[in-house]
Amino acid sequence: MPATEPRADQTEVTRRGFYVTLIYGLWSIIATALSVPAAIYLLFPPKLRKAPEWVEAGDVSQLEPRVPVEMVFRQNRVDGWKVLSEKTTTWVVKFSDSNVVAFGPQCTHLGCAYHWDDNRAQFLCPCHTSIFAIDGAVVSGPAPRPLDRYDAKVENGRLLLGPLHESKEKA
Amino acid sequence: MSWLDHRTGIETAIRNFLYEEIPASSGWHQVFGSIAVFLFLVQAFTGALLAFNYAPTPGDAYNSLRYILTEVTGGHLIRGLHHWGASMLIVVVVLHMTQVFLYGAYKKPREATWMVGVVLLLLTMAYGLTGYLLPWDNRAYWGTVVATQIAARAPLMGPYLSRLLGGENAVGVVTFARFYGLHVLLLPPATGLLIATHIYLVRKHGVAPAPGDEVQPKKKFYPQQAFKDTAAIFGAFVILFVMAVAVRVPLERLADPTDTTVVPRPDWYFLFLFQTLKFFNGPLEVVGSMILPGLAVLALLLVPFVDRGQVMRVTRRTVAFGAVALALLGWSGLTVAAIATTPKPDNTVEIDFGAPTDWMQLSPQELAGVGYFRQENCASCHTVGTGKPRIGPDLANVPIKKNAAWMIEHFKRPAAMVPGSSMPAIQLSNAQLNALAAFLLKLTPRNAEALANAPDFAVEAALLYQANNCGACHMANGVGMKIGPPLNGLARRRTKTWVAQHFANPQALSPDSIMPSYKFSNREMDRMIAYLFTLPD
Repeated sequence: MPATEPRADQTEVTRRGFYVTLIYGLWSIIATALSVPAAIYLLFPPKLRKAPEWVEAGDVSQLEPRVPVEMVFRQNRVDGWKVLSEKTTTWVVKFSDSNVVAFGPQCTHLGCAYHWDDNRAQFLCPCHTSIFAIDGAVVSGPAPRPLDRYDAKVENGRLLLGPLHESKEKA
Repeated sequence: MSWLDHRTGIETAIRNFLYEEIPASSGWHQVFGSIAVFLFLVQAFTGALLAFNYAPTPGDAYNSLRYILTEVTGGHLIRGLHHWGASMLIVVVVLHMTQVFLYGAYKKPREATWMVGVVLLLLTMAYGLTGYLLPWDNRAYWGTVVATQIAARAPLMGPYLSRLLGGENAVGVVTFARFYGLHVLLLPPATGLLIATHIYLVRKHGVAPAPGDEVQPKKKFYPQQAFKDTAAIFGAFVILFVMAVAVRVPLERLADPTDTTVVPRPDWYFLFLFQTLKFFNGPLEVVGSMILPGLAVLALLLVPFVDRGQVMRVTRRTVAFGAVALALLGWSGLTVAAIATTPKPDNTVEIDFGAPTDWMQLSPQELAGVGYFRQENCASCHTVGTGKPRIGPDLANVPIKKNAAWMIEHFKRPAAMVPGSSMPAIQLSNAQLNALAAFLLKLTPRNAEALANAPDFAVEAALLYQANNCGACHMANGVGMKIGPPLNGLARRRTKTWVAQHFANPQALSPDSIMPSYKFSNREMDRMIAYLFTLPD
């Protein structure tokens, strides 16, 4: 606005500015009050319905040490509003009677199912040729971290498994 | 002119929209249309959010809604906004129509604008009708049974309407799918299109002037009137938000087609139609269900063609005021009558399934422990998991968890077991102390919430259960003996009436039973049966 405007118009300009400020202000409050709860609703993890439980994977008392075995067990998985009973597999390696390790069944690269190669004594992933050692460490290939592990404990020779944890260390 | 405007013309379009010329008399009375559009957009937004966590099939619908309410963060708020937004939209649409009606703003050449508005009112009601079913709780199910039956009795079209709504045999998966499809796929674009048409027509003819406006200079919509619209929208939004946060939206139990105790009632804005129906019986029923509502819609549509006189000052439109007063009187009379004649459900206990129900997994003993905990006012000295520290230890995080015998001794002589303790001794029987100990031993930060969620009626019933030693013969949630039948799944096997009669005289209903009879007060009986029926299968 040119500075030579008469005074009456200047009060008009002030009042106009007042309205415009309020319009922007009120709409910002409304937009915030709707978008913040929406973001929380979509992004926050839902409350846990119950504590993770231990499930029995099988008998490990007869396992040979340092020979990986694939075990199949049923596990309850909470999926949104459903609890699904699912067939799950794990590669179990017994290092000693007190040290039994259960690996998650998927390659840490892109989730393919890997297997134990008896001849090479290594875990091989068929997708992009990631190779893991018997302790889950990455030997070669694109895998970004060692194999994931289940929480595991042995009671009376039976292997009990908890939730699967991502390995923290880098390959 | 900016780059963007040169390419798209959007800035010019917005400027043209905002700087529309409106009559000098425009003001606060014309804000309702804007509020209605705003509320429609809020419904679309919250509806889409709900759909992200909702499974539109019977059974799953109910479970996913409970998931939204009890587990998803902010789910309560989003559902509250959608639920109360629907009611508010009806109110605002009616206020908008009333304003237009009182001012005679529908007169030539604005007849089509009015008629599109009437259709929009009907669409708003169609959302209410279809959305009512989607929670798939008992209320939703039975309300829809009645609605589809009314449609099925329409002359000539009845059978076709019934087939269209998928309710030919019963309200089930097909009806549900069609209501959901209408609610989220067909109605929104139809509404959007009609709102666009409505606004286009308002712009084409301009905002209706009042007498005297011809001699006054016109003013611009922006910013003064735009501010008034914004302020009104903000006011409406504040009310809506407060309601969504503060007012409980009921969720009943899962739809039960075998329930004989429900009193089906539609949502409040349909109660007047529901009440009208009661005046017409037998072959005349169609008058109340179809002909009268049909005539009312027709009358609304024809308003601009009946009232064709010159535009008058609103203060001189006595006939219009009379018509609005009459409609308001009729509507509220019918609504009040409908509410007054709704029989009180025989059971006074109401369970909100929109709240967490993990307390249903507790044993009667633990639940009674919650009761003693509350009776003895333990929370005045102890926190449980959360809250600011008090004089006694946090009971969910006590460093040493002792056994029940130690706990009971401690309740009787606190200072003897914990030197220096200032806790007073608890005056309860051994059995009661046992229940209290069972409850306290079970406390962890994780389940503290479940225990706090236990509603009073269930706690009261559990105390009664313990006092009458029901567990000496019955098993409930894994605790108790197996002399009598297990109580879990009772709701599936028996009706509430049967259980009440069985309490009074067991042998009359099960001749071989060795159960003694129990004389409960009405209140106790209500709570006891309501509690037993919450025991999961």
